[in-house]
Amino acid sequence: MSAATEAAAIPITVDFSGGLEMLFDNQRRHSVSLPAVDASGKPATIAFLIDHLCRTLMKDPRAELFVLDNHIRPGILVLINDADWELEGEEAYEIQPRDNILFVSTLHGG
Amino acid sequence: MAPALCANCKTERALIKRPKNHAKLCKACFIAVFEDEVHHTITSSQLFYPGEKVAIGASGGKDSTVLASVLKTLNERHGYGLDLVLLSIDEGIKGYRDDSLETVKRNAAQYDMPLKVVGYEELYGWTMDQVVETIGKKGNCTYCGVFRRQALDRGAKMLEIKHVVTGHNADDVAETVLMNLLRGDLARLSRSTSIVTGDSRSEVKRSKPLKYSYEKEIVLYAHHKKLDYFSTECIYSPEAFRGSARGLIKQLERVRPTAILDIVRSGEDMARLVPGESPSSCACKGQKRAAMAPAEDDVGGCGSQNGRTPGNEMAAMDKQLRENEANEGLEIDVGKAMSESKMSGSEKQRDLPIRSGNGASKAVPRQVRGNCKRCGYMSSQDICQACMLLEGLNKNRAQIQI
Ligand SMILES: [Zn+2]
Ligand SMILES: [Zn+2]
Repeated sequence: MSAATEAAAIPITVDFSGGLEMLFDNQRRHSVSLPAVDASGKPATIAFLIDHLCRTLMKDPRAELFVLDNHIRPGILVLINDADWELEGEEAYEIQPRDNILFVSTLHGG
Repeated sequence: MAPALCANCKTERALIKRPKNHAKLCKACFIAVFEDEVHHTITSSQLFYPGEKVAIGASGGKDSTVLASVLKTLNERHGYGLDLVLLSIDEGIKGYRDDSLETVKRNAAQYDMPLKVVGYEELYGWTMDQVVETIGKKGNCTYCGVFRRQALDRGAKMLEIKHVVTGHNADDVAETVLMNLLRGDLARLSRSTSIVTGDSRSEVKRSKPLKYSYEKEIVLYAHHKKLDYFSTECIYSPEAFRGSARGLIKQLERVRPTAILDIVRSGEDMARLVPGESPSSCACKGQKRAAMAPAEDDVGGCGSQNGRTPGNEMAAMDKQLRENEANEGLEIDVGKAMSESKMSGSEKQRDLPIRSGNGASKAVPRQVRGNCKRCGYMSSQDICQACMLLEGLNKNRAQIQI
């Protein structure tokens, strides 16, 4: 693999639901080009994606509704290709091309 | 990491890790087990009888949508013989209910159930927008919650339905248990754990079939069954959960997922210690029929029919409850309380002092179960909470007019 491809971005889709779409332009589905590696050259993980979304995609100043103390806010479920992220290594999961990552809040009205 | 296989069928890929026991299940097995557990709760508590007309308190949100979907499925699968109706409350908040009522209308079509919408305006003479205009945004969730409680009962009465089911889940119950524990209010704690509320005097019985269902699994059930639900925060409610009982529940779950059901079970066990309060529990543990608890204080917060009680809201509600208790202390008739509890056939009073609210050091007698002198709804006080709040509002309106 050449350095050029390594520097390329990973195409993924990111979905928000359960009220989280409010924080991201009221849009449920986003196509995201995620840098393949983080600043220290490590492969992009869910933790890196969360940080990337906060920096580039969030339109709402209330970041604490999505992230608390640098981690995803308790009460928000993360599904990686429809599987609970707890089955996939949570924040350490390495993002693959064409992954679908869903963030769904359980915190809003029932 | 190689994908894990479902612990049940051992063929499909596991997509769910259950919070209650860490079991890894595939989509189909998860949906089946979720439904089976609700069925178990319903049958072991003997919640329904064949031919019963039941109103589902429907907000268009995840909990009530899942409840409607599961009840429809189980009613057909197990032949409950229930006549199911969707009942929605319109609080009168401009714009807020438009989308959620649209969702409920779609649900009515999807589940082939009739829908009844009742407004605060027709019930109380006040929309929530008017309440906020009068008292401001602070503390209005208390009004909304108190009004909502009776609204479902009154709506059911209009439809001549005697049983309302709500989407309260295990997280909701755990939150209420924690809040009442923090207040030292064992009497309310006990009532909040009951699966059925309302007593022989109340015209409408209420129950929560999802009492043992994790909120996480409710959301996953809705996701995997592709249910059509609506989520929004009430525009008048503070958005942050940080520092609230709800936030604490979610943080506990993150560290140890079984904590939520453990709190629910602990609440039920504590409820058994309260004289005259009969806790409900799964009949597998011995009870024949879930006992009813008076429900007047089962006050939800805002945003749904469920109690959502963010931080400063908790303080406002706390103050309100304390004021009510102060009034109650003056009005209570001990002799009447004793004879009433005998009449209702509850077990002999033990000499265990049960404190009610905020560490009040005096032992208080059990609350009198009676009816509001104004509106006739079940209330432990002469005037129910809704009528008290309305009195304040109406005074305010009169002042404004002067
Ligand atoms: Zn399976
Ligand atoms: Zn009343």
